[in-house]
Amino acid sequence: MSSTTVNDAVPPPAIKAGRADEFDTLAPSPKALMRRRARSHIGLIIGASLLTFVVLVAIFAPLLAPYDPYAQDLTRRLVDPVWAPKGTWENIFGTDALGRDVLSRLMYGARISLLIGFTAAVIAGIIGATLGILGGYFGGRVDSFIVYLINVKLALPVILIALSVSSISGGSIPALIILLGFLTWDRYAVVTRSMTQQMREREFIMSSLAAGASHTRIILREVFPNLLNQIIVIASLDMALIILIEAALSFLGLGVRPPMPSWGLMVSEGRAVMFFKPYLIMIPGAAIFLLVIAINMAGDGIRDVTSPEGRG
Amino acid sequence: MLKFFLRRFIIAICVAITVSIIGFCLLRMSGDLAAVLAGENASPEDIAKIAASYGLDRPYYVQYLDWVTSALHGDLGRSLFTNEPVSGLIMDRIGVTAGLAVASLLLALLIAVPLGVLAAVKANTWVDRSALVFSVAGQATPSFWLALLLILVFAVQLRWVPVSGSATLAHFILPVVTLAVSIMPSTMRITRAGMMEVLSSDYVRTARAKGLAPFKVLFKHALRNAILPVVSLAAVQLGLLLGGSVIVESIFALNGVGYLAFQSIVRVDFPVVQSILMFLACSYIVLTLLSDLINAKLDPRVQLT
Repeated sequence: MSSTTVNDAVPPPAIKAGRADEFDTLAPSPKALMRRRARSHIGLIIGASLLTFVVLVAIFAPLLAPYDPYAQDLTRRLVDPVWAPKGTWENIFGTDALGRDVLSRLMYGARISLLIGFTAAVIAGIIGATLGILGGYFGGRVDSFIVYLINVKLALPVILIALSVSSISGGSIPALIILLGFLTWDRYAVVTRSMTQQMREREFIMSSLAAGASHTRIILREVFPNLLNQIIVIASLDMALIILIEAALSFLGLGVRPPMPSWGLMVSEGRAVMFFKPYLIMIPGAAIFLLVIAINMAGDGIRDVTSPEGRG
Repeated sequence: MLKFFLRRFIIAICVAITVSIIGFCLLRMSGDLAAVLAGENASPEDIAKIAASYGLDRPYYVQYLDWVTSALHGDLGRSLFTNEPVSGLIMDRIGVTAGLAVASLLLALLIAVPLGVLAAVKANTWVDRSALVFSVAGQATPSFWLALLLILVFAVQLRWVPVSGSATLAHFILPVVTLAVSIMPSTMRITRAGMMEVLSSDYVRTARAKGLAPFKVLFKHALRNAILPVVSLAAVQLGLLLGGSVIVESIFALNGVGYLAFQSIVRVDFPVVQSILMFLACSYIVLTLLSDLINAKLDPRVQLT
């Protein structure tokens, strides 16, 4: 598979990249082409905007949230959301069984999902990409060992291990992050390994070797930068997966513990009254759904934009 | 062929041993099992007593070797909670879980494969795009949430199926649908990708050029080759479905291995958790081994290394 990396592209004509669109007679630089593709990619635009929105809400939750997400008000339990006949603008998404404002909890809950999803995906990325690059670059015994590690990882039942470890260790957020990071690195390793294997035979690596560059230097300066786009795409898929696993763990009562406003936990708390207050499971569930869709759409978009021939 | 098989087989056994060590260590090291078992208000003496009575005070490797030796003799230990033999507990429930997994896999293949073929044939039209939207949405739906929504709509509003339990076949409809939806997107994507590749190949062009009916080209010549990656994916997915049954069985109160796993985790019934963990890992290893062999058999181009 060839990819549009800067290294093998024809040197672009000397024009300012930002103004490339105005000169149609000149060949635009790869970066300008990439920006052009990004601007016309509807999925990327929708996904990235939605994701930005959630990130902003999470960061500014203390300013935006109308109420304290932990404050219980037993006189205002199970208030309907604003679109229901009895709903008011006081609690736009209504209140839960303990009288806590659902909108405020939702806003603070975004922090939990994003924090766990992002940091665990970074940990998984560091583990997986390191293993994959080492295996693909050095080959031989190192590679056999790393393939073996990947096979072991794939055979581990993720949900069951996550549930039991999180249950025994008490389900603190740092523990969950490390746990999910160590359980989801396989996709990074598989992809970076095969891409490094192919890259190893290419001229720019050969010439670096011939010029006397050390392996460390080649891996850090030549291999890694060329894998970065792919790693970002996998990271988006991984982050989405981690958010779904965290939600499932918290839903089963073994992930993030009450009274934290984890979205999975909110669905679980709403379950007791779901037959007459269905909005209590609909709203947090829809939040998980939309966040995961946004991340996946942004990730797919980045993949299409950075390597347009790589769809599949 | 025999050499290939032997090599794969030995690797599979090594993987199983490594997984058993990792699983064992994870359960021991993530917290003090005796302290969790003793409860919050237990004194240090109580904890020590519990640790001694379950053998948790011995070094990890002694505990591990002890467990492996008896497991190889067919003794998986006893449940701390019901005192029944673990192997019996699992055997009683394996039917429900396996049936659930196989039924969901079949349902998913039945819908996702034709959809994937259609998306490839009508590539870049609205058909392809709606299939893509469907798969993106399917991938983003948490299965526990989908299960609750299905219950709300089909069990509560429409009253077509029961809410939970496992008395009749109707009880299995919603769990099967929930599990099937979770694996449909990847099946569809891989069918589409395989089909796209095959459709642009020389032999399909030849088949078309000699005037074969489009239907025949599609199903007799193209699909046969495009289905190979789906076969290996299906094996992996069957393994994932067995693991995913933890969530679905807990919601629908189906008395399978997944629900047993969940109950045992909550009760810190570690002999049961440990055995189910090994059982799931081994089923995954056996399934991928089988799919490797089937693929080598179906496609002579697969390298026998």
